[in-house]
Amino acid sequence: MNPFTYSSATAVEDAVRDNASHEGAAYIGGGTNILDLMKENVARPTHLVGLNKLPLTAIEPTPEGGLRLGALATNADTAWNEEVKRRYPLLNQAILAGASPQLRNMATNGGNLMQRTRCYYFYDTATPCNKREPGSGCGAIGGFNRIHAILGASEQCIATHPSDMCIALAALAATVRVSGPNGERTIPFEDFHRLPGNTPERDNNLEPGELITGLDLPAKGFEKNFSYLKLRDRNSYAFALVSVAAALELDGDTIKDARLALGGVAHKPWRDQEAENLLKGQPATPETFARAAAKVVESAKGYGSNNFKIELARRAIVRALKQAAEGSQHASDVFLNSNP
Amino acid sequence: MIQQSSTSAAQAGGVAAPPPTGTVRLTINGQQHTLQIAPWTTLLDALREYVHLTGTKKGCDHGQCGACTVLVNGKRINSCLSLAVMHEDHDITTIEGLGSQENLHPLQQAFIDHDAFQCGYCTPGQICSAQGLINEGRAHTEEEIKEHMSGNLCRCGAYAGILNAVKEVVDAKSSEPRR
Repeated sequence: MNPFTYSSATAVEDAVRDNASHEGAAYIGGGTNILDLMKENVARPTHLVGLNKLPLTAIEPTPEGGLRLGALATNADTAWNEEVKRRYPLLNQAILAGASPQLRNMATNGGNLMQRTRCYYFYDTATPCNKREPGSGCGAIGGFNRIHAILGASEQCIATHPSDMCIALAALAATVRVSGPNGERTIPFEDFHRLPGNTPERDNNLEPGELITGLDLPAKGFEKNFSYLKLRDRNSYAFALVSVAAALELDGDTIKDARLALGGVAHKPWRDQEAENLLKGQPATPETFARAAAKVVESAKGYGSNNFKIELARRAIVRALKQAAEGSQHASDVFLNSNP
Repeated sequence: MIQQSSTSAAQAGGVAAPPPTGTVRLTINGQQHTLQIAPWTTLLDALREYVHLTGTKKGCDHGQCGACTVLVNGKRINSCLSLAVMHEDHDITTIEGLGSQENLHPLQQAFIDHDAFQCGYCTPGQICSAQGLINEGRAHTEEEIKEHMSGNLCRCGAYAGILNAVKEVVDAKSSEPRR
């Protein structure tokens, strides 16, 4: 790691001020991703603002009937929170599908949104990467790109966002609360992360110095009919090749409301509202699910070694929607993340 | 000239100034330690290089193998992906704090009884992780224990023995009368 200075903040305003007063500063929560990137010389902050003494670990009801997740609550404490398990089992399941128990004990909710792609070329400073070094090129396009994007990519970057938790947050339509040099604001989850376009170095729409303080879940948790289906090279402790967060509200056999978001396929959590609209008002049948799945992959593009993801995603969507409709997944057995 | 002295290399290459160190106070296995370390010292390096508790192992140093697992306030973490300075108010437990040669921890005895290691390099991390699993109290069946131990790799492939060892201690704990 390059040399840096460290300070620990006890209030959000102090953290924001300290960050703004150091050129090249970064925030550190659990540290599980930024320290790894610093060891690889991919991230080189000159100053770290330690966040783990900030009073942002609470998980509490919102006035609107939802649930607020403190930015500094760990992924483990969030997943196993009684209200999360009862009202948002999709989120419980997505979090527990990611990383390992040790990492989930360290990683924070804010940090989960801020983690960077695991693209091999982004990590390897001997290769070009437009995200790491804008204008240097993309090693993944024309290279080994098995884990890369099939949706929303650009000629600059085909990296994917690696989170599981964020796929559930996208499906649940969470809101991100941030605080920065210009005060506080909220960002709808779908507008938080970005597509690469011509600025792949920007993962999200935070302004410089802004800090995530919390995540608000709306009242609706789709706790009866949901599925987080994660497909990967081994059945534990691996990033998703394709993952699907599916949530349905059923009236008998008719779909009243639907949410569909994918992980492992794009530069951001990929929620498809057009596909959701194809589900709403329709019978919960394999034919309906197939139409929605076809819609999602309609614009998909493979880059060689990841071509298989297009068919994998299509099938995973159908399976996840079927699981959701059957109500076959429950918070009590989700941590095994078995794929029936 | 094949080799330069480090001094002349530093002068020629413009290497950064010596690291500024600061005082970090850690509570490890119930004992207070006051260390003079640079802010980029990981908890793992602080334990091994400054406190000389070398039971905690450095495997991958990237949070992928679990060999560096220690308990912080009873919860298992990867000490390689955490800075020592982030743990000043915490209770840190390493393998040296779980048992001793005279008085083995039940997990240590179970690992011996079940041949749960060959080279032994991953074992301290496996045992600290298993203690974290027991503290969490969520894994009981073999399938659950496998999933909840998935953050600890064993390149000798002693997984079957590790599973049996952890299961034995988990079962013994769950059959203890609750107080």
